[in-house]
Amino acid sequence: MSTTTTRGVAQPAPAKASPARPRRGLRGNPTVNFWLFTGPFLVGLAIFVIVPIGWSIWLSFFDARYTVTPSHFIGFDNYKQILTNSGFPDSLLTFTVFAAFIVPTTWALSLGLALLVNQLRFMRAFFRSVFFLPTAVSYVAAALIWKMSIFSGVRFGLANTVIGWFGADTIAWMSNPTPPWYWLVIVTLRLWIQSGFYMILFLAALQNIPAELYEAAAIDGAKRGWQTFRYITLPQLRATSTAVILLLLIAAYQAFDEFFNIVGQKATWAQTPLMELYKTALGTSQDYGAGSAGAVILSLLICLVTLIQGKFMGFGRGDESK
Amino acid sequence: MSAPSNNNWSRRSIFRAAAGVAAAGTLAACGSNNGRGGGSGSGTQLTQYFHAYGEAGTEQALKRYAAAYKKADVSTNWITGNNFESALFAALLTKKAPDVFEFHPQLQLVKSGQVADLSDIIDPVKDDFNPNDINSHTVDGKIYGIRMIDDPQFFYYRKSMLEKAKVDVPTTLDELLEAAAKLTTSKVKGVFLGNDFSAIQNPIIWSAGADTINDKNEIAYHTDGVIGGLKQLRKLFTSGNVLLDAPTDFWDPSSLNQGLCAIQWGGMWSMPAMQKALGDDLGIFPFPKIGSAGKLSVYNGGWSIFVNAKGNNVDAAKEYVKWLWIDQKKYQEDWATSYGFHIPPRTSIASGATKLKSGLAAEGVKLFTDYGHFDNIAYDQTMQTAFADVIASSVRKNGDPEAALDTCDKKVNVELKKLFG
Repeated sequence: MSTTTTRGVAQPAPAKASPARPRRGLRGNPTVNFWLFTGPFLVGLAIFVIVPIGWSIWLSFFDARYTVTPSHFIGFDNYKQILTNSGFPDSLLTFTVFAAFIVPTTWALSLGLALLVNQLRFMRAFFRSVFFLPTAVSYVAAALIWKMSIFSGVRFGLANTVIGWFGADTIAWMSNPTPPWYWLVIVTLRLWIQSGFYMILFLAALQNIPAELYEAAAIDGAKRGWQTFRYITLPQLRATSTAVILLLLIAAYQAFDEFFNIVGQKATWAQTPLMELYKTALGTSQDYGAGSAGAVILSLLICLVTLIQGKFMGFGRGDESK
Repeated sequence: MSAPSNNNWSRRSIFRAAAGVAAAGTLAACGSNNGRGGGSGSGTQLTQYFHAYGEAGTEQALKRYAAAYKKADVSTNWITGNNFESALFAALLTKKAPDVFEFHPQLQLVKSGQVADLSDIIDPVKDDFNPNDINSHTVDGKIYGIRMIDDPQFFYYRKSMLEKAKVDVPTTLDELLEAAAKLTTSKVKGVFLGNDFSAIQNPIIWSAGADTINDKNEIAYHTDGVIGGLKQLRKLFTSGNVLLDAPTDFWDPSSLNQGLCAIQWGGMWSMPAMQKALGDDLGIFPFPKIGSAGKLSVYNGGWSIFVNAKGNNVDAAKEYVKWLWIDQKKYQEDWATSYGFHIPPRTSIASGATKLKSGLAAEGVKLFTDYGHFDNIAYDQTMQTAFADVIASSVRKNGDPEAALDTCDKKVNVELKKLFG
């Protein structure tokens, strides 16, 4: 809104030329401008986010099978069912294991890549693009490549060919859950797709660290390498790290595509919360009531975790932490 | 108004108009990709949903039948990918719901009033249908769907490979395990049961002499025979003699055709493609017996046509369904035998279907008749999913079959209670 005022002051000439233009009043009105710019977004938000959330909460108290306009109120039965008689609680555990591994690993890998690329004296743009490119690939497409060509269970799959050189027998990477090789398939895929994006975030943050800090540290006798990294770089990246970890955590909660395509629905392991909800509500059971109950529980959990994380790591207090 | 400001305005309006046209174009594009032929626009509009059959020519055939129908403009949604159910059920909730769709008999669809009663159009020709196909679509004396095709599923095997390994055709699950071991070489795996083993989740129940649920709608699968079968399957799964993570699943003939395995679980629909690739080097056998009370079994799957009772054109849809799936016997035979092999559910068509009269196809029909088990309308998707979890946790994972079945019982009982009180 401040831009409008500056503009009016900065451009007195046109105002003189046509003093009675009807549009001017409209333009100068901050309220109208506010609604003009946020209106479409708010309408979209209401239609695609707020109404569905409300509807979902409403559905979760009804016996809603094969319908989204149910009439039979059943209280907390759906919550009871999803929490006691389904794979949903297990899926929360699966997610926790997955997140506990993938979040720090992606964080470390993307930070490592950022540090390496930041050190480069030439071809920096090239490597930055190369590492960033996988972000453009969809999870589904990547999952199919991983599943059908790299980790195919037949003897001529890429991974099986490689281990075949060392005389090892073929491995069913995805069908056989013992040992859980499917984690290798899923984790490598996720790292490949995600790391580049977070690397860019770290790279931007690294370039924002003032060079004087390093100079001052050097004068004070800090050694290059670990010492400066530990006491200067890392604390300076705190705001970015917090944001990255939060984003990674949410992404892990929302994991679906690669699990759906690699592990599939006909398994009792590695089912993420969203997959369980998909199976319950949108799959063949078509139980929108129980599915919504699960969605409500999951939303509350995500809110809770985000709040706790914000409290401990100070997300949104980026300026203070500097 | 001054000239410059005028120019300014017109430039903007051009942009605005251009954006409008672009948006309209996008919307129009959304609407036009619906498989409709010409834009005649007159008369009733009907939409039908089909999953994408794998055999070449099926989509064209279906659209050809629809185009031949004169009383309504029928458009076909051919759903590719492996989530036909999701696409169908999601669409059924909307205003653009299909008027006609194919699916399997499901009690829940009847109970929720989703599918229309088709008794009046089936009754006149009821005696011509395989009684099992009528039975599996009947609830309280009313018939809710028309069976289009019956699809028996059994094992295919390469005769030459079994001869070379001196293996007889297995008749018990033990023999299948032995055969798989003898047939496995460095290049070929003994047997392929689909990538997640869920394709045989019903046959192992029947072959162990049990049933999914009984006439009184109680659990009938929880027997010692089934537990024994699950344990043997676990042995097979871990033996290294099974093809796993193959590029295609059991419903595709590729694994056997490309020599990845010697024995493959598959459907009758794959037979023409397998015969084309392997010639006479091909045999079939039913799912072998499990335990002392075991019986040979074949799963008679298939697809049926339903009318959306909540649609806008129920009567027109019923008329179309009657025209195509009751009256047009030529099309029905074409659909059943010209692409993949399927068994026509109507005796008058089956008796005239020459392609199914000789050779391996005739053997397939015999297995269907002698050992076939049909869908039970009350054993619904939720229960099937629960039993698929049993396979996952006690065959693919080293879980206790008894415990897995207990978990399954809990889910199935909740479902049974919902359906029957």
